[in-house]
Amino acid sequence: MNLVLDPLAYPFFLRALAASSIVGLVCATVGSYMVLRGLAFMGDALSHSAFPGVVVAYLLKVPFYFGASIAAVGTALAIGWVTRQGKLRSDTATGVLFAGMFALGVFLFSLIPNYVGDLFGFLFGEVLGIGMSDLISLAVLAALVLGTVALLWKELLYATFDPLGAAASGLPVGRLDYLLLALIALTIVISLQSVGIILVVAMLVTPAATAQVISKSFGRLVVIAGSIGVFCPIVGLYCSYWLNSASGATVVLVESAVFCVVLMSTLVAGRIGHPSGAFGS
Amino acid sequence: MKAASKTGGPMEAVGVPAMAIRLQGVTAGYGARVALEDVHLEIPVGALVAVVGPNGGGKSTLLKLIAGVLKPWTGSIEVLGAAAGREAHRVAYVPQAELVDWSFPVNVWNVAMMGRYPRLGPLRQPGRADREAVSTALERVDMLGRARTPIGALSGGQRRRAFLARAMAADADLYLLDEPVTGVDVPTQEAIMALLSAEAEKGKAVVATTHDLGAAVKHFKSVVAVNRRIVASGPATLLTDPEILSQTYGGHLLVLGDNLGILDDSHHHDDPAGSERHFHEDHPAGRS
Repeated sequence: MNLVLDPLAYPFFLRALAASSIVGLVCATVGSYMVLRGLAFMGDALSHSAFPGVVVAYLLKVPFYFGASIAAVGTALAIGWVTRQGKLRSDTATGVLFAGMFALGVFLFSLIPNYVGDLFGFLFGEVLGIGMSDLISLAVLAALVLGTVALLWKELLYATFDPLGAAASGLPVGRLDYLLLALIALTIVISLQSVGIILVVAMLVTPAATAQVISKSFGRLVVIAGSIGVFCPIVGLYCSYWLNSASGATVVLVESAVFCVVLMSTLVAGRIGHPSGAFGS
Repeated sequence: MKAASKTGGPMEAVGVPAMAIRLQGVTAGYGARVALEDVHLEIPVGALVAVVGPNGGGKSTLLKLIAGVLKPWTGSIEVLGAAAGREAHRVAYVPQAELVDWSFPVNVWNVAMMGRYPRLGPLRQPGRADREAVSTALERVDMLGRARTPIGALSGGQRRRAFLARAMAADADLYLLDEPVTGVDVPTQEAIMALLSAEAEKGKAVVATTHDLGAAVKHFKSVVAVNRRIVASGPATLLTDPEILSQTYGGHLLVLGDNLGILDDSHHHDDPAGSERHFHEDHPAGRS
């Protein structure tokens, strides 16, 4: 019996590996911009607001990508718009809109006569059940998100680092803000089946946060975050196969463990490098 | 009234100079609060202008209006011959040091290269000409040796010079700088001002806010004194006039012979924490 090769005999396991690695890569890339902008909470909010879209898509028997995209992108743009009116802080607008959208999802869900397993999977992820057509949709959406970032990485970077300077030199900072929100929303939609609504935020934020601890340039941040984003789901899926544990949660736990190890080792290294105390003064 | 008579007049009496900036009847603010009222101002090409005034007096607001990132409620703003914001690719803006996230994972080279982004557009990646422009700019501000240093590990003066390099790499015709010499040591101040002065000589317009009246008189050719409105504009020597000073700063001004000093009871400490304590340039401001 071979613990590494045996699972590869199952097509469902191969599909799950492909899906979660793609998801990990896209999440880490978009997440790199999110952590630098302080948008971690926004990731959580948008994933919850995708829920009513998923339920409606289920009721209408259309692919969940459509419903989830419309709900999440719509909420992202609504949050951006409400904030730009200047009456409310962005975290307030986010809190109000995402809770309302999630409640709508739960409300619609409760109207379904018999609770359905498929939908439950969207809350906690069920990547081992992903079909070929879902994998293809996922890959297409992933290419769309990564392609957009590849095209606009430097404009997004400038607008993130120094919005005032970027706007003064002519970059459309407002539109770039909306675009980033839309990209976050699409990334969440891509991730729903793999890790579920509740845990998507970890896929977005944890690899980028880990990379931020050890990166001194943006290029390296994205490369390290992307590597963690691809590597952790593979390890996590194997663990989940061996332990027969929930796949989404296992992947997130692996990412969290990597984060803890990296953070602790930099703190320890810092202490050794500076005997007077890395946390001093 | 002396100050009023100078309001809105041409900054330098050399024929009819080409105007880099022209504000007419501009009123602007945030939410319901007025920050600047009825501003008339002309700044010619080649000018080196200090914007002085108390905190909350509208210095930064004036820069944002000229940069086109804040829209006026009323009045018109013309920059480099077009409506503000239209010629944005010819404008370089250097933000206040305290508004920059110094823990952001970019190095000096990355920051200077950002100056090239607007002219590149989304489809093009930085090429050889861009690398050369960045390299030249870093050399001019004496930061080429620090190109790979993360911005968090720089001293206060080095941080200003990195942003100055970004402005120069952009090859702009108008420099807008928010407190470029606040909280840096004297040699750095001199070096930054020498560079800005050289840019002005080349026919670019340089507008900088400053808290430091001594620096304004010493290093700038012209001043604009603002306190919710333009109190005075003209040659830098205007700042030796006690009446203009008291109108600009209200009761918080102390004039001691030839020395200028401000008694500012509001907390005018916009400087990044600790930056004024740098005795030498090589000491990193960031924590290790």
